[in-house]
Amino acid sequence: MTEAVVAILWLSLSAYAVLAGADFGGGVWDALARGPRAHRQRRAVAVAMGPVWEANHVWLIFLIVGLFTAFPPAFAALAVALYLPFTAAMTGIVLRGAAFAFRAHGREAVGRLEPWGVVFGAASVLTPAFLGAAAAAVASGAIRVSGGRVTSGPFDGWTTPLALDFALLAVSICAYLAAAYLMVETGDEPDLQADFRRRAVAAGLASGAFALLGLVIAWFTARPLVDELLGRGLPLLVLALLNGPVALVAVLRGHPRVARLAVIAQVVLVLWAWGVGQYPALVPPDLTVRATAAPDATISLMLVVVAAGMAVLLPSLYLLFRVFKGRAPV
Amino acid sequence: MDDVALARTTMGTSLAFHIVFAALGVGLPLLLVITEGLGLWRRDAVWTDLARRWSRAFGLLFAIGAVSGTVLSFELGLLWPRFMELSGSMIGLPFTAEGFAFFLEAVFLGLYLYGWNRLSPLQHWLCSLPIAISGAASALFVVMVNSWMNSPAGFRLENGAITQVDPLAAALNPSVGTEDPHMLFSAYTVTGFLVAAVYAAGMLRGRRDTAHKRGLALGMAMGVVAIALTGFFGDASARFVYQAQPVKFAAMEGVFETQRGAPITIGGVVLPSQQRVVGGLEIPYALSLLAAFDPNAEVQGLNAVPAQDQPSPEAVHLAFDTMVGLSGLAGLAALVFWALAWRRRAVPTGRWLLRALVAAGPATVIAMEAGWFVTELGRQPWTVYGVLRTADAATSAPGVGPTFAVFIVIYVALAAVTARLLLELARRTRASAT
Repeated sequence: MTEAVVAILWLSLSAYAVLAGADFGGGVWDALARGPRAHRQRRAVAVAMGPVWEANHVWLIFLIVGLFTAFPPAFAALAVALYLPFTAAMTGIVLRGAAFAFRAHGREAVGRLEPWGVVFGAASVLTPAFLGAAAAAVASGAIRVSGGRVTSGPFDGWTTPLALDFALLAVSICAYLAAAYLMVETGDEPDLQADFRRRAVAAGLASGAFALLGLVIAWFTARPLVDELLGRGLPLLVLALLNGPVALVAVLRGHPRVARLAVIAQVVLVLWAWGVGQYPALVPPDLTVRATAAPDATISLMLVVVAAGMAVLLPSLYLLFRVFKGRAPV
Repeated sequence: MDDVALARTTMGTSLAFHIVFAALGVGLPLLLVITEGLGLWRRDAVWTDLARRWSRAFGLLFAIGAVSGTVLSFELGLLWPRFMELSGSMIGLPFTAEGFAFFLEAVFLGLYLYGWNRLSPLQHWLCSLPIAISGAASALFVVMVNSWMNSPAGFRLENGAITQVDPLAAALNPSVGTEDPHMLFSAYTVTGFLVAAVYAAGMLRGRRDTAHKRGLALGMAMGVVAIALTGFFGDASARFVYQAQPVKFAAMEGVFETQRGAPITIGGVVLPSQQRVVGGLEIPYALSLLAAFDPNAEVQGLNAVPAQDQPSPEAVHLAFDTMVGLSGLAGLAALVFWALAWRRRAVPTGRWLLRALVAAGPATVIAMEAGWFVTELGRQPWTVYGVLRTADAATSAPGVGPTFAVFIVIYVALAAVTARLLLELARRTRASAT
């Protein structure tokens, strides 16, 4: 049963990454909007994000809540060890959301000259960067816990070369996702679609480079992570390595829908290669899924609540995306 | 300030900021259901227009509520890791349920805000229902957690270790029955009175069109019903606190020594050094009577527990009297409004009444904030009453001070910009209406 909860949490992480990640990526492209179509690029980002970004953001809340419900000691350890990067990411989340709302409901829907436009772009870069760095701290096994207390330092794990690489990887993957989605959403405007195709290629190449570089850095500085990925995570890692070029070719050839699917698959494969690789550890090396799990009564009741909640939530989410992202809008 | 005090101040500021947006996030959707429903049913464009205007403001308020709520979900862990470690398995379920409610609220809000032209009028109105329902459900689920902190249940404490966890019993802990409805109805109270205040202010500036009269009347209708229910459950809450948290009750009322036939002290300043309340109005036997329906009932004093287990009565008593006093005045204004409306068969527009209603809006917000000060400061020195001390719940991580500074700046900026944009929104709405 505990495994089912871990799987649900990892699915939520995946949903957050591919949905909210793209919203952060939208902010990156808002900040980098250039050329004669800069205004229309920003407009496309705002239109794409508007109806869905708040729902996408809730996956993070769900993840946080699920973690402290099912694995309280792991949550407490992460909160102490990653206090600084999490606080930075939280600041970014607040500023990004507020800036988007201010612009969407303010005088001018889009426009970078307004200070909140700058805040929106900057926060959209910094948030995934800090979350990526925090992920590196977990994945590399830098968070040490002994006797229920965190023994590693407040800067351990998220200020390493690997963390820097993961931060850049997170930002470029968000940008990649956003550009791929925006290619689909700008299907009626070929010039705009071409802009986002070029951006998708650049972000895709950057993501691939940072991912491979990450493996090299981990080889020298965090060998257990490499062992995990080459151990239990190997099938997923191989799939990711095969899928990467597929996604890029789909982008280059101009098959936006195939590209969107392939980029999503890429992100999910990488996350699950990591998760499956480090199992049964939750916060390696000291905290395992088993040892940090809440009592059975909580876990089983949580599964009931999640099942009931999903029965209502999933059709609602389908409706939301159907209305705003469907092939033939209602 | 030491780190625990900083963590408390940071958390308190975040909660005080968030609760205003949260209350509106609960109340405004119900008003949208009613106004848009009336517009649809009566085929009346004025009602539909009101719903459209409010939905724009709501879009902004919800976004700020959502991000400030996210801060809280982070801060629970970042500032109080030991609290979450101890209680995550018990309070996680209401939080998980709240997560789903928030999810549904966000999903249907997206459909509602951006669906005016994509959905049929009926479909659009139907989208407002899940927002109102899940908004109320979120509030109920979250307050369950706070109730648990006041009356922890659903576990056993053996040698400092938590055993026999029963998460359902934790979620449905003893104070849920009074604290939950008290907060839910105060959210509707605040929304009703604030909406009424906005339209009363407009009418004072000479805008007395149908939309203003309807906005005022609807706000007052919601306000008067909600404030009565808030008061009813507040009274029940106080009686529950008398039973279950006598120390908090003593702090609320400024009672130092355990006594029978206790008087109630209205107002006044608590002087802990002199162990008395100065300058208050004392009504003999009233406290015992109110708390237990018996003029000779015993009321436990603060000194019944060691000093290290006592909250600071000066702030708690002041906050309690502020809550009761301001709510009473706001309720009185609403009663006068409806008495005049009933006598004249029209929305009353007297200037003094309108001025009073403009003041009543913010007064209900202050009353709600004061209520939270009562429950939070009154529970000290405990985070989980009788189980976990606040000092033991706080984080050991460095950097709490800078976090506090950063968030004060952010909250001030967000509040200022939100207020400016709401005013701007109102101005543009008027410009497009004329």
